This record gives sequence, structure tokens and C-alpha cells, in this order.
Amino acid sequence: MAGYAQLVPLIILIPALGAILNYFWGARLGEAWSSRVAILASALSFVIALALYAGLNAAHGQASVVDPPLLDGWIRIGDSVAIPWQMRVDTLSVTMMLFVSFVGTLIHIYAVGYMHGDPRYARFFAYINMFLAFMFVLVTGNNFLMMFVGWEGVGVCSFLLIGFWFDKPRGEGWRNSNAAKKAMIANRIGDFGMLMGIFLMFWTFGTLDYYRPGEIPNVHILEKAVHEYELEHSAAAAESADHEEGGEGAGDAHGSLILTSLPAAEEKGDGAAFPPAHLDNEHLATGDLGVFGQAERLMAAGTEVQFGNFSLPIETVLVLITLFLLLGAAGKSAQIPLFVWLPDAMAGPTPVSALIHAATMVTAGVYMMVRSNVFFANAPLTSFVVTVVGALTALLAGYIAMGQWDIKRVLAYSTISQLGFMVAAVGVGAYSAAMFHMVTHAFFKALLFLGSGSVIHGMEHGHHHVHHDHGHAHEDEPFDPQDMRHMGGLRRRMPITWFTYLIGTLALAGIIPFAGFWSKDEILADSWLAGLHGKDLYQQFGGYIALALLLLAAAFTAFYMWRQMELVFYGRTRSPAADHAPESVASMTVPLLVLALFSVFVGFVNTPKAFLGLGDVLGNSSLTHFLEWSLANVHPWLPEGGVFNPVIAVIALALGLGGIRLARMIYGDGKALNSAGGDPLAARPSTGAIWRLANARLYLDEINFRFFENPFNRIGAFLADELDWKFWHDYVHNSVFLRGFNSLGEFLGRPVDLGLVDGAVNGVGRLTLWLSGRMRRVQSGYVRMYAISLLLGVVFVIVLLLLPLLQT
Amino acid sequence: MESAGLSLLTSVLFLPLLGAVVLLFLREEQAGHIKWTAFGFSLATFFGTLLLWLAFDSSASGLQMVQRVDWLPQYGISYYVGVDGLSLLLVVLTGFIMPLAILSSFRSQIFEERGRIRLYYLFMLLLEWAMIGVFVAQDLFLFYIFWEVTLVPMYFLIGIWGAEERIYAAVKFFLYTMAGSILMLLAILFLGSRGGSFALPELIAMVESGALELPFTGLLGAGSVQSFLFLGFFIAFAIKVPIWPLHSWLPDAHVQAPTAGSVILAGVLLKMGTYGLVRFNLPLFPEASVAWAPAIAVLAVIGILYGAWVSYAQTDVKKLVAYSSVSHLGFVVLGIFALNAQGIEGGLLQMVNHGISTGGLFLLVGMLYERRHTKSLDAFGGIWKVMPFFGAAGLVVVLSSMGLPGLNGFVGEFTILLGSMGSEVLGFFFTMFAALGIILAAVYMLYMFQKVFMGDVDKEENRNLPRLHWQEIAVLVPILLVILLIGLQPGPFFDTMTATVDDLVAEVGEFIPRGEDMVAAAALRDSPVLNAGAQGTR
Repeated sequence: MAGYAQLVPLIILIPALGAILNYFWGARLGEAWSSRVAILASALSFVIALALYAGLNAAHGQASVVDPPLLDGWIRIGDSVAIPWQMRVDTLSVTMMLFVSFVGTLIHIYAVGYMHGDPRYARFFAYINMFLAFMFVLVTGNNFLMMFVGWEGVGVCSFLLIGFWFDKPRGEGWRNSNAAKKAMIANRIGDFGMLMGIFLMFWTFGTLDYYRPGEIPNVHILEKAVHEYELEHSAAAAESADHEEGGEGAGDAHGSLILTSLPAAEEKGDGAAFPPAHLDNEHLATGDLGVFGQAERLMAAGTEVQFGNFSLPIETVLVLITLFLLLGAAGKSAQIPLFVWLPDAMAGPTPVSALIHAATMVTAGVYMMVRSNVFFANAPLTSFVVTVVGALTALLAGYIAMGQWDIKRVLAYSTISQLGFMVAAVGVGAYSAAMFHMVTHAFFKALLFLGSGSVIHGMEHGHHHVHHDHGHAHEDEPFDPQDMRHMGGLRRRMPITWFTYLIGTLALAGIIPFAGFWSKDEILADSWLAGLHGKDLYQQFGGYIALALLLLAAAFTAFYMWRQMELVFYGRTRSPAADHAPESVASMTVPLLVLALFSVFVGFVNTPKAFLGLGDVLGNSSLTHFLEWSLANVHPWLPEGGVFNPVIAVIALALGLGGIRLARMIYGDGKALNSAGGDPLAARPSTGAIWRLANARLYLDEINFRFFENPFNRIGAFLADELDWKFWHDYVHNSVFLRGFNSLGEFLGRPVDLGLVDGAVNGVGRLTLWLSGRMRRVQSGYVRMYAISLLLGVVFVIVLLLLPLLQT
Repeated sequence: MESAGLSLLTSVLFLPLLGAVVLLFLREEQAGHIKWTAFGFSLATFFGTLLLWLAFDSSASGLQMVQRVDWLPQYGISYYVGVDGLSLLLVVLTGFIMPLAILSSFRSQIFEERGRIRLYYLFMLLLEWAMIGVFVAQDLFLFYIFWEVTLVPMYFLIGIWGAEERIYAAVKFFLYTMAGSILMLLAILFLGSRGGSFALPELIAMVESGALELPFTGLLGAGSVQSFLFLGFFIAFAIKVPIWPLHSWLPDAHVQAPTAGSVILAGVLLKMGTYGLVRFNLPLFPEASVAWAPAIAVLAVIGILYGAWVSYAQTDVKKLVAYSSVSHLGFVVLGIFALNAQGIEGGLLQMVNHGISTGGLFLLVGMLYERRHTKSLDAFGGIWKVMPFFGAAGLVVVLSSMGLPGLNGFVGEFTILLGSMGSEVLGFFFTMFAALGIILAAVYMLYMFQKVFMGDVDKEENRNLPRLHWQEIAVLVPILLVILLIGLQPGPFFDTMTATVDDLVAEVGEFIPRGEDMVAAAALRDSPVLNAGAQGTR
């Protein structure tokens, strides 16, 4: 049991091997084997994640740190810098591994059907396997730099997959590659923040490790667990006969995903002994702690931090670090002001949108902030900024989603909006709620994206079918299978897709009892609690702001999702393609059904005990208690029955249902499009302007082009053509250097013209001279000078080389 | 004084020269023999440099494998060679790049037009000899000779086998370097006559002990001998690097040079400049180095941003890569003048990285040029589809060049910026502006990648480009492997430098002004007070 954590390198290695296999031999494997290899790799990583989860349970939630074999550290400079390849198995990373590998595997299966017939089929699977590998690097790293490796690695995979169809004709491939480039550059801006944060962190703490081996992130939870364990142990000793059932009871009472008292007492001799030798970190010197442990101590001591030539109080340093980290998160998790890349990223194949740009990669920014909870909790100013950024993003993206026609674009903005929820949750200090929403969102948003892929697939087949029947008259006519205006009435054509999409929509809209209800409600309730009990004005104010904006955003969510349902699935069909759209194949619908199932139930992993007494059945905030082992700041104000506020839940539910009702009123009953083929909202004078603004995406692309891209290009062109080339390269060179050398050359060149030097070195430099003579004809002014210097140089060298010989 | 026998280092140094002599005995018509002889000697030299690394003791800080033979004793000039942590990797880099550069020339079509195959490979081997000489010479005079000798073969490589404006570019390259070298020569002669010896270690020891007094009275103060000597060396090196704004010879030289010339220029020759800064400027003139560091770092940061921005606006692939060198080497200079172990070691490693990544980029561009006879960005598009392996290799090199973690470029850039942030002479703002360069690197590198490799194949000429020849693959694969190796396991590379750099930093560090409180604050972290007060803070 002690060595279970040694499995963790495999979770990276196996998908990486899958990627290598598919990359180099995929073409020879053929579609069937290529996909099997990839799915197997992904499924095995899920199995490993499960094994790690089991091992972690058996170790009572205590984290393990693993040094992967074969690798000899990473960046080390003398004694001053030591950044290892080191992995961490704790409840946070295992949570990430579990849902990433599970959703990832389903999406792999889905892609078998979706990518069928693509000329780069094997390449696709190689890329998504590679993506998984990097995603696991990101979540399993035990230091910020290793996280950054994964962070950038998934970014590259995202680049490759957004631009997967880089060679499509008619400029489409070019647009795809533009989207890929845009994603990478927006992420790079975020990376700038990440790196700056990392530099400051290093010089503050002298390390980048989260926690060192043996260090305890959350001392209180360990004390509590040990206390419970001892109670249990003594009870078990007392009635040693029939204690087999006792363990279960304690686990339930604790309500954690960790079954605290699995019969581990018997295995006490193992490495992962419980209770551990130390119940806190007192025995460790500050310098031996990881960044978070040090941050806590430095905060307690109020230290001034010394950087090379300046010093700052630790509070300020943490604010700086976290602000830079926030920039990083804004890039990866598509927050204001860097979210512009995510809608464009929909250029990639739909499974990619589901896996990378909805369920997993884009949540990396949130994961990073949750991981850094100690920093954020100690930087109230940043937390406030995080709250505002997240809540505003949630609201704005929800608003823009209302006005989109592209089925995937609606989902893209929805993803941005939901990420805003998670970021806001981090801001108010509700780290476990952010993780909870990340998990539920991964399921229902992956479901929705895969559903949209199924719809697109159906539309394409329908379109193809129509053309097959009616000759080739419209062959060159561009047809956008993603435009919801061409859809409608697909409920009958694609019943499974419709049904699962409906579940996804309800989950996203936060309708009870679907998954989104629980997680969204926890964020809202936490915001309220932050407002009430926040430890400073920032937090209180932030809590109320988050509550207000997020409630509004939740109403938007329900509205735009139901608008989409009406446009896609209800009413009558609006194009021949939609008339002939077939239901997708089983390899696509089965993952939809599985995800739908989870979208219904996954919310129960963290239901609060206070909810109608359900907690006794479903567990009491189990995920939160599970995460508590890794997070030092889970719910500083956690109430006894878990976070639940009936009033807020009812308000949120009412807003969600109201949004759906409103959307039904506007778009339902065949009124999805007005007579002109536009949105009913656009036609009304009262709402037209609002809708058009949403439709134009707040003109953000135009603003970006006018104020950033265009000036950047023009300044670049000016620097390159005018300043650097015409002025510096040509003018200054010709008028200063060239003239100077020429006049010097005139002076020194006289001996050459007189034939003196030529004669003197004839024997030595015949070759050189021949060449110089040849060039002299080309450009005599220069060559005279060069010939002089060169000949003098050669003579000089040769004489010097010969001198020692002459002396003897 | 070491024996006059043939030491390992001397053998490695003169192996390429021996190869050049052997080439003299071959006839122009024996093209195959000429090529493979040149390749064989460069490969043997590479294995020799690896042997040097094997024989190298990382824990020792001084010169190793020293050989010293009197040459002109009356002037204190000797044949004095040795390697230490500053030079070892650059010697190995030279050994690594040269066989690839030579192999990449095998299939070049330039010889059909210009001929002179024997001369070409002769110059390549001469160049290798001189470059290794620059890195191992420990006598200022010897160094200067090697430094100048590198010019000659490069001059001819550009001037004979270059593109249309090769003469202009070759002369410009020659003149700019010469102009700088003259100042360095003056400084060298001054040092040698004052110190009575041209041996660098002896001069450094004299500077450290105060036996050789080089008064420093301000950056440009009258009588500030040290400062002016510093500048004498600095300007020569700055032109070579090139540090902004002395870069205007670089795009010409790169664009006009044949592929192998560009590879060597970017791969090794430019490093002679940055190497010189570490080898001579820092230890010989520590006080001036400290005083000049912020000003030079400003130039470096401007170079990083300016080079990147200008690079982005280019329409010629080779020119784009050339300007990217200005940006990349700005990082190296920044690292060196951070004057701490992280910065200098990062800078040294980044020299190697840049040699490999940018050398790789030039190789890729050269392969494209051989196929399409154009370097215009607009002529390409969709090449990835036509040449899949070439596209993948291109992506890896581009990502390495823009500093993707897990690949080599990142390790160098990261440590440089880390050093600059913790530097006692630079600090936060230098780091922040320099770090903006990594955003710009993505902008211009991805722009290039997109223009060349992505999009539909919309030019008829590109539709049937031949795939890579095995020789071309053989050139690219070692580069890709080293990119990964340094990216994942840079430890052994850093280890070679640590002892030497620590000494250097200690020597220079004496001249960094430090307040009492700064020293105290640095010690505070591990103080018992702090540890005793450690409680959970919830």
C-alpha cells in the first residue's frame, strides 16, 4: 500500500506512449487499431487514477510525493536552484486525474465515430493522447514549474488540435490556423504572468515546491482525522470481536470520500503509517517547507522579503504574485481580458472542443488558483480582483452567448461564463466549490459539446444526403452545418442526441436535481457567506458582488441554453439538411448517454447535509471534505451542515426556470426565427440594440484589431522597414561607416595600387589575391580596404606562427 | 609550465586543421572524397570534444587540460590553452554543429553554379579550428589571433557561395568585426604591457590581488582606465553578439550566407561575443562590469523587444530568423549582466540552446530554399501537408526557439530571467520587460510557422516538393534529440559550469554595493525567530 503512489508516473507515460505509437505508426495501424490504442491508453490512465484514489483512501488522505524514475532532477544550479521533476498524489490532484481521465476516455470513444474517414485519423488520436499526458503533467506536478510544463504542453496540443484542419480549402484552413495561433498567443500573454509570478515566488521562498515530502497541507483536518481514528481505535479495541462494520460508520459520519477507517489499522507497519509521526509541521525549519507552508509562516511573522536590490513586505509580495498568477489563469481559463481566443478555438474538431476547450484544459487556470489557495487567501486585494474578473466574465460571456447563431459558439461563450463562475468562487474563497463546479461542468459541458458534435455530424450527413439525391447543383454552395438557423426540429430526427442534450441543458441551467444545480448553488451560497462572514471588507464586498452578478449570469445561462434548445431541436426543420439528418452512430451516442447519466448524478458527490436531510443518504459535502486534505483554506467558515442556503437556492432555481420560461415564450412554438430569418429579439425595438450588441460580441474582435493588433503590426512594420532598414541599415551605414572606411581605404590602398604589397606577399597569398582580384572588379571601393586588412592579417598571423621556429 | 607534448585538448583543436591539410591533397574532381573527408574530420572532432567533456572534472573551478608552451617569451606570449566551465560546453557545441553544417552542404545546389567544393570544405574546417581556438585560448594574444582568423573563412564562405548581394554582406561582416577588434587589440596590448604577460589567468590573478591596478573612477571619468578597457573589449564583443544597436551587419550576413554559413554564424560565431563578455569583461574588469551592468542590460532588453518586433515584420524567412537572434542573444546578455550564478549559467546554457535552435531553424530554411529557391514567406503555405516530417521537425524547433518548457530554450530563458529577477544590479523591471519578449517570441515564431507550414497548399510549385532526403533527416534528428535532452535533463550541462561560475560570481560580487540591512534580511528566512513563531495561520 505504501508504494501505491509510485504508479503515478504511469498515468503520464501510458498516454505518452499511445501518442508516440499513433504518431509514428498510426498510418500503418489503420483506423480501428489506431483508435483502440488511444482509447486503451486513456482508459488505462483512468484505471491508474482509480488505483491512486483507492491507495489514497487507504492512506487516509495523506499526500505522497513521488520522484519519477530515470529522471535526474530538472533545473539545478549549484546549491541555489533545485527544481525537480517531482509528482504529487493528493486529493486535489487525484480529483483532477479522475475526471480528466474519465471524461477523456469517453471523448476518445466518441471520436472514433466522429473522426471516421479523416485523412489524419491516427494523428488526431496521437494529439489527444499527448494532450492527456500533458494534462496529467499539469495536475500531478509538485512544483509550479512542472505545472507550467503541463500548462504549456496542453497549450501546444490545443494549438495543434485547433489547427488540426489547417489545410482545408477556400481559406478555411487559414482561418483555422489563425484561431490556433490566436489561442497560443493569448495563452502566452497569460504565461508571461505565470512566469513573473514564478520568479517572484522563487526569490521569496527559494523553492517552487508546493509542499515538501512529509509536510502537511492542512494540519486541522489531520488532527481531526487522527482524533476520530483514535476514538475508533479504542472503541475497536474495546469490542475487538465485531468491529468490521465499525469502520464504515465512522467514514459516513465524517462524510468524506475518504473512508477514514478502512481496516488500515492492521497495516500500520507500512510506510504510509497512520497516524503519522508528526501531526503538524513544527519540526520543519521554514526553509525546508514548500512555498505554501513558508507563505503561512512568513505571513504570521510579517517578514520583509528581500529581492536582489529591493525589498517588500510579504503581504505585498503575495498580492503581486497572485496578480501575476491571475493573469496566467485569465489566459488559460479564458477570463477577461484574454477570453477572445476560446470562441475561435471552436475551429478544432468537436471532440477537441469538448475535451480541451470545455472539460479539462481551460479549467487548468482554476486548478492553479485552487492549488495556490494559500496565496490567494492571504492576498485579499487579489481575491477581490479575482472575484470581479470572474463574475464579470460570467455575466458578459452569458450575455454574448444570447446573440450567437453558431451552435458551438454558444457553448464556447457558455464555457467562458461557467469558468467565470469558478474563478469568482476562487475569489470569494470557496475553493472547494470551484473544484466542485469544475467537476460537474466537465461532465455536462462535455455532454453538450459532444451533443453539438452529433448535431453537426447529422447536419453534414443530411446535407450530403440531399446533394447525393439531387445531383450536384449545389456542390459549391457553402453550407455551414453549425448554423442553428439551418436546424430546428431535430428532436425527431435525433432522439438520443436530443434527450441527452436536454439533460445537459438542464444541468447547465442549474435545475434541481441535475449536477449543475448543486455546484452552482454552492458557489452562490458561498458568495453569500463570504459577504456575511468575510474576514475583511474586500471579501465581504466581493461576496455580495459575486452573488449579484452570478445570479444574473445564471438567469442568462438558462435563457441562452433554452434558446439553443428551441433553435436546434424544437419547432420545424428549416433546411433540407435538417430534414435528412440521421441519428449518430452508437460509438457517439453511448458516450452521450454515459455523460448524461453523470450529468444527473455527479452533483451528489458534494450535496450538503443540510439539504432536506439528504446528506444522510448521499453524504455530507463529501468532495469538500475530500479536498480538505490538500487545501489549507477549504471553507474557513464551513457551517456544520455544509454550505446550503434554501433562500438562495430557491432564487437561483426561480431565475433558471424563469430564463427557460422566457426563452420558451420568445422562441417556442415555431417562432424560433422571425419572418426575416433573424432573431425575434432583434426585430423588437426594445431589445433589438441589446441583441445586436450580443450578436456582434460587444465588438471585441474589432476593438482588439483596432487597438492592439493593427497598431502592433504597423509599429512593427515601421521599426523594420523605416527605422531599422532604411535609416539604420542603409543611411547610417552608408553615410558613416562606409564613407569612413572608404577614405581610410583610399589612404591605405595606395601601396596596393603601386603594386608593392602585391609583390611582397605574392607567394603566400596567391589564392587570396586571386579572389580579391576577382572581387575587385565587382566592387573596387570596398575590396581595396578588405584586401589590405586581410593581407596584413594573414601575413601577421603567418609571421607569428613562424617566429618560434626562426628563434631556434 | 605544462609539457609540450600533444595534449588531448591540443589534438582536438588541431584535428580540423589537419583535415584541412588533408583536403589540400585531394583534387577538386573527387567531390565525394572531399565531402566525406571533411565530414569525417568534423565528426572526429566532435567525438574529441565529447572526450573532453568526459575527462572534465565538474567539481573543479580552474582551467583543466591545460597546455602551455612558450611562444614569444620576451613579450609574455605563450601558446596557452585550457577549458573550464565557461568554455567546455561551447567547445562541444562547436563540435556538434560543424558535422551537421558540413552534412547539410552535401546536397546543396550552390556548387553546381559556383563550384570550388574543395575550397568550401577547407574553409569549413579552418573555421572550426579557429572557433575552437577562440574558446580554448587562455592567452590574450592567442585569443586575438584565433578571433581574427575566424573572420577569413567566414568571409569567403559568404563572399563566394552566398546569395546575390554576397560581396556587400561579406565585406560588411568583415569590416564591422574588424572595427570592433581594433579596439580590443588596443586593450589587449595595454593589458599585456602593463601586466607583463598575456596569460589570462595570470592577469586575472593580478587584478584580484591588486598587483595590476586598473583604477575605476566612474563610467566615463577621466583616468577610469578600467572602464575604458572594459569598453574596448565590450564593443568588439557587442558587435559580434550583436547587441542592439550594433546589429545591422547581421541580417545581411545571415541572408546572404549559404545555409551552412548561417548555421555556423548563428550556431557558434555569435557566441564568441557573449563568451568573450563572460571570459574577459567580467573577471578582468569586475568593478566596471558592475557599474556598466544596468546600462548594458537596458541595451539587452531593448534588443530583446526590438529584435522580436522587427523580426515579426519581415517577409523573408531568413531575415526573420536573423532578427530573432538579436532578440535571443539579448536574453543571453541580460543573463550575463545579472552577475549572479543563475543569470550567468542560464546565459551560458542559452548560448548552446540558441546555437541548436537557431542553427536548426536555418537548416530548415535552407532545406526549403533548396527546393523552392526563394526565402519569401509568401511563397510557402501548407508545407506541413506536403512534407509531414519536415513540418513536425519545424514545429519542434520553432517551439524550442520560443521557449516551450520541456524543450531546451525554456531552460535557458527561465534561468536567465530568474537570475535577472534576483540580481542585485538589475531586478524586477528589467525582468518584466525582458519577459515580454517571450510573448513576442510566440508572435513572430508562430507567424512564421503559420505562413510556411499551415494553411492550404495554394501555390502550385509547393504541391510536389520532394520529401526529406536521408541526409537531411540525419541532420535534423540530432538537433531534435538535443533539444529534448537539454529540455528534460539540463542538470549535467549546468553542473559543468557551476564551480567556475561560482568563483566568477564571487569575484565580481565583491564590487556590488550592498547595504548592511540587505545582508541581514537575506539571512532572516532561516532565523530561529521565524521558525519558533511558526504556527498554523488559520
